[in-house]
Order: sequence, then structure tokens, then C-alpha cells
Amino acid sequence: MSECPTVAVVVFPGSNDDRDAQLALELLGADAPRVWHTEESLPPTTAAVVLPGGFSYGDYLRCGAIARFSPILGAVSRFASDGGLVLGICNGFQILTEAGLLPGALRPNASLSFICRDVPLVVERADTPFTSRCEPGQALSIPVKNGEGCWFADEELLAELEAAGQIALRYAVNPNGSVGDVAGVFNADANVFGLMPHPEHAVDGLLGSTDGALLLGSLVDAARLSQGALV
Amino acid sequence: MLVRPKQGILDPQGQAVSSSLRHLGFAVGDARVGRLVDVDLQTDDRDEALVQLRQMCEQLLANPLIEGYEIELDGE
Repeated sequence: MSECPTVAVVVFPGSNDDRDAQLALELLGADAPRVWHTEESLPPTTAAVVLPGGFSYGDYLRCGAIARFSPILGAVSRFASDGGLVLGICNGFQILTEAGLLPGALRPNASLSFICRDVPLVVERADTPFTSRCEPGQALSIPVKNGEGCWFADEELLAELEAAGQIALRYAVNPNGSVGDVAGVFNADANVFGLMPHPEHAVDGLLGSTDGALLLGSLVDAARLSQGALV
Repeated sequence: MLVRPKQGILDPQGQAVSSSLRHLGFAVGDARVGRLVDVDLQTDDRDEALVQLRQMCEQLLANPLIEGYEIELDGE
């Protein structure tokens, strides 16, 4: 079994949390190469992919709408459809919804303000590769920092996702008008996960909460297992 | 191509605009803020142009989950 799984961090023009994501993943025991968006393939040892936060392509048109056509997204989609683990944080979440890899869409915050603070969250499911270090119902505190973090799904879609267990995280106190207090969702197979809060900014006690390490650590654990299976 | 949030979708920009207009004394109900995209096309064939413009809206300019679009052709 590989001791140090490869978790690739994709970098788009305008990404700005890629180095924090890399640092957090390395602290948690992963090898986290950054991969430029013009690449057409992921590193061969890739066991998981992270799409980081930022403002890819200046958030022009809609957040994530342009990044979704980057060459690397083809490789990420193929990786995900083969069951590979993909995590989208903030802008990465927006890109995954625009690419159709995750359900729903992200809209401007109800307050129209950019919100930058720790938010209380509740873990909905702990039986996934992204939440295995958590307990169901566990309370987490992780920062958000976005202007367009209001997740939207119509009633029918929300009911479908609730029934299928695809709601991953909810806000304990809704900061932005997200439908169903949703802070993060899985795809149907729970191998793709997107969330607006930034776990990579909550891994070092010096800066406050370390709850982000529970999510990223779960991902590194799962990547280690899947890389072990590949070798 | 005019792209706007669908009816019933929370549109905080539209709400801010409508509330500012009311402050100015205009009797405004709901407002929605959208995006207008003008493009020059090479084709003279209106049907072909419409097909292309619809594809542009569906593939990139509008997110069908939250936005609707309208198309207007202009010129020769």
C-alpha cells in the first residue's frame, strides 16, 4: 500500500487556494502536485483530485462556467466517471456543478455581500470517502469566503437528493440563502463532493479550527486505499 | 441573447435594484437583472443563426437550471 497517495490539485487562471490546499494535503500525508489547467491528463499515480477555491477566469459569465471547458476538465470527468475521488472547494464546487458532475447551481448570496467567516456545519453522512473521519450529525466549524455561495436546486431535485443521501453538509445557521441549508453535496456514487466552506483553511490550530482536517484527512485516507488498490 | 434568472429564483441583484428604484419614487414591483450578449455572426441564414445562438445559450451563456434566455436577430 502506498504511504503517500497522490492527490492532484488543479490550478486554473485565477485559482488562489491551490497552495493552501496543497499545504493542507501534504500536512495530512498526501503528495499534492499542482496540475495546470491546460494539461490533458492527470499525473499517472493520481488517486484523488482537488479543484481549489479562487476566481477562475475572473468569475466571468458565471462562476465556474468558463473553467469547465479547460482541457484538464476532460481528464477530471473521465477520472470521476471511472469512480475516482474528486473534491471541489468553493470555486471548485461551482466548476463541478457547471460541468454537470454535481447537482444544483451556485447563485449570489442572498445578502449580496461577500461572506468571510467561520460557519457552523453539520455532517449529514459519515459513510463516504470524504467524511469517514467524522460522525453523522457531527458539528464542524469551517470558514466560508465567497460572494456566490447560495446553492440552488428546485424542490423536485432537492427532494431527490435528500432521498438519495446526496446532501453532504448543511449549515447550522444559513449564511447565504442556500436551499435546504445545503453547504455541500455528493454525486450519486459519493465519489465526487463539492462544498462552499474551505476545509484547507481549517487544518492548523494556530489559525483556529482544525475541523477541515477531518474532511481532507478522510480524502487522504480514501486516496491511500485506492492508490494501494491500483499498485 | 438576453439571459435572465428564471421566475421564482432568488435574484438578490434584482431585489436590490427594485428597492433602490422604489427609494427614487418609482412604483416598481419585482425586478430581475440579466445579461445581454451581442455577437456578430458570419451567416446570412436566419434559421442557421438561430440554431447557433440557441446552442450558444444552452452550452455556455445560460445555466438551464437557474436561467432562461431570449434571442433577437438584428441586421441584414
